[in-house]
Amino acid sequence: MLVFKCPYCGIEADETELSPGGEAHLKRFGPGSSDEELEGYLFNRENPKGVHFERWRHVYGCGKWFHAARCTATLEVFGTYSAQTFGPPKEIIDIIKSKRPGWKWRNLG
Amino acid sequence: MKRYSVFAVAREALRYHQGWGRAWKSPEPKKKYDAIIIGAGGHGLATAYYLGKNHGLKNVAILEKGWLGGGNTGRNTTIIRSNYLQDASAAIYEKARSLYETMSQDLNYNVMFSPRGVMMLAQTQHEIRGYKRTAQANALQGVSTEFISPEKVKSLVPIINIDGPRYPVLGALWQSRGGTARHDAVAWGYARACSDMGMDIIQQCEVTGIRHKNGQVQGVETSKGPIDCQKLGIVVAGHTGVLADMAGFRMPVEAVALQALVSEPIKPCMDVVVMANTVHGYMSQSDKGEMVIGGGADGFNNYTQRGSFHHVEETVRALIETFPIISRLKMLRWWGGIVDMTGDRSPILSKTPVGNIFINCGWGTGGFKAIPGSGWAMAELMAKGHSSLTEEFSLNRFKEGKFIDESVAAGVAH
Ligand SMILES: Cc1cc2nc3c(=O)[nH]c(=O)nc-3n(C[C@H](O)[C@H](O)[C@H](O)COP(=O)(O)OP(=O)(O)OC[C@H]3O[C@@H](n4cnc5c(N)ncnc54)[C@H](O)[C@@H]3O)c2cc1C
Ligand SMILES: [Zn+2]
Repeated sequence: MLVFKCPYCGIEADETELSPGGEAHLKRFGPGSSDEELEGYLFNRENPKGVHFERWRHVYGCGKWFHAARCTATLEVFGTYSAQTFGPPKEIIDIIKSKRPGWKWRNLG
Repeated sequence: MKRYSVFAVAREALRYHQGWGRAWKSPEPKKKYDAIIIGAGGHGLATAYYLGKNHGLKNVAILEKGWLGGGNTGRNTTIIRSNYLQDASAAIYEKARSLYETMSQDLNYNVMFSPRGVMMLAQTQHEIRGYKRTAQANALQGVSTEFISPEKVKSLVPIINIDGPRYPVLGALWQSRGGTARHDAVAWGYARACSDMGMDIIQQCEVTGIRHKNGQVQGVETSKGPIDCQKLGIVVAGHTGVLADMAGFRMPVEAVALQALVSEPIKPCMDVVVMANTVHGYMSQSDKGEMVIGGGADGFNNYTQRGSFHHVEETVRALIETFPIISRLKMLRWWGGIVDMTGDRSPILSKTPVGNIFINCGWGTGGFKAIPGSGWAMAELMAKGHSSLTEEFSLNRFKEGKFIDESVAAGVAH
């Protein structure tokens, strides 16, 4: 079972207390964008075997959305961070790099 | 290949079973093949089989990183049905179901197809309407299903409790020609037949890279060295994203864990498959007597083939209300598989942005039933460049908004 620390209320919350919200830091494409951009935004989710950034909601707790960095191959949790950001903060990237030397994904790493 | 028959059994009995050969060969890879299939699950093996059988393409290798049938094919709960809502789905799933009927004879391998009937319980008013609609759609598609009364449900499944307090049984969608089959045998039967046609099944051979030049595939890098090919079929279920990444394109697929469990064996008590989609649980009894139970999928990306306790609890809790008899059963085994989920919960059988790379994936939580039909269609697509069965399942449907929306129709989609 996954356990995340909610960055808002500081509680160590079990998976059953949380609700998964899919890929984090999506760039939204709407009117005026190309077909490819809209398709990518709507359907082509990141699906790495390894480090992944996600949105979760502390649904049976404070009710707030937050972000989590997690490994999909081992279920190791690298950390959680606030929802009010467009990308993972430096301290989370540092933790990931120290645990997964050489890690790189798209424009991160 | 030595044919299996009652005479073979008698012959071998007389010589202490010393004469059974290996069912398939385990060769080292050649430098080059006409076609390579990545993934020796049911879909990959069936694709190879029909490439040989229907299209005469036999210089084929099937590369498998683990052991054949060790992915979802060997982890599923083996429900076979074709009572889908959309025409494109009904066509490919019904093709598959009908091929299951003759598979044992065709492969000369007993896949233990058991058309015992599949029942999808209606436990809400919404489900009654939904399943009646599906039954009507199926009638138009030539798929034989009917909506049955709670009394008929009870007579087919005496152990069911039809008037549970929270979710009474209000009827069911019944497909009498659906059922189950032995999952391993499906993989083994196809593997034996492929090997017999001269194809190379190479296990413990992980594909680590895909080479292409000027938009055309050239070959693959593997843990056993580089291998060239003219055509490449990617049929890796949960690992679709990983392989697509190697080839340099993206897929509208996410990998999530789905789990199942079996109970200790008990005497025969239920001879149909029952699915309860509202409460997220389904159950059948294996020939060994175990109750085979499955539930819902995780909601987050996951590549670990494990389950989680709270899912088991959820599923079992739901089923106990409908099947009070199972409340004291001990659970025997429990496992997970990594399934490939698409946005509309329908599979993808398609060309890709790279020439001569074809992909077959997205079967998600319910692709065992589709194995022969999918292999049939995928082989046609790879051999001829088009197939009437795969047309609507192409990758373009996401860009064009032509979804095959089964998620609404099927709920739990096994
Ligand atoms: C718990 C559970 C219950 C299910 N119940 C049902 C059911 O009742 N009815 C039903 O119809 N369906 C069911 N399904 C779904 C069904 O199991 C799958 O849709 C189907 O088996 C997929 O077959 P496949 O051949 O595509 O994939 P798999 O059998 O997973 O085969 C893919 C293969 O690709 C290999 N591979 C991956 N990456 C590489 C690589 N880099 N190099 C080489 N090889 C690679 C893997 O090792 C694997 O063997 C269930 C699934 C699960 C997990
Ligand atoms: Zn909180």
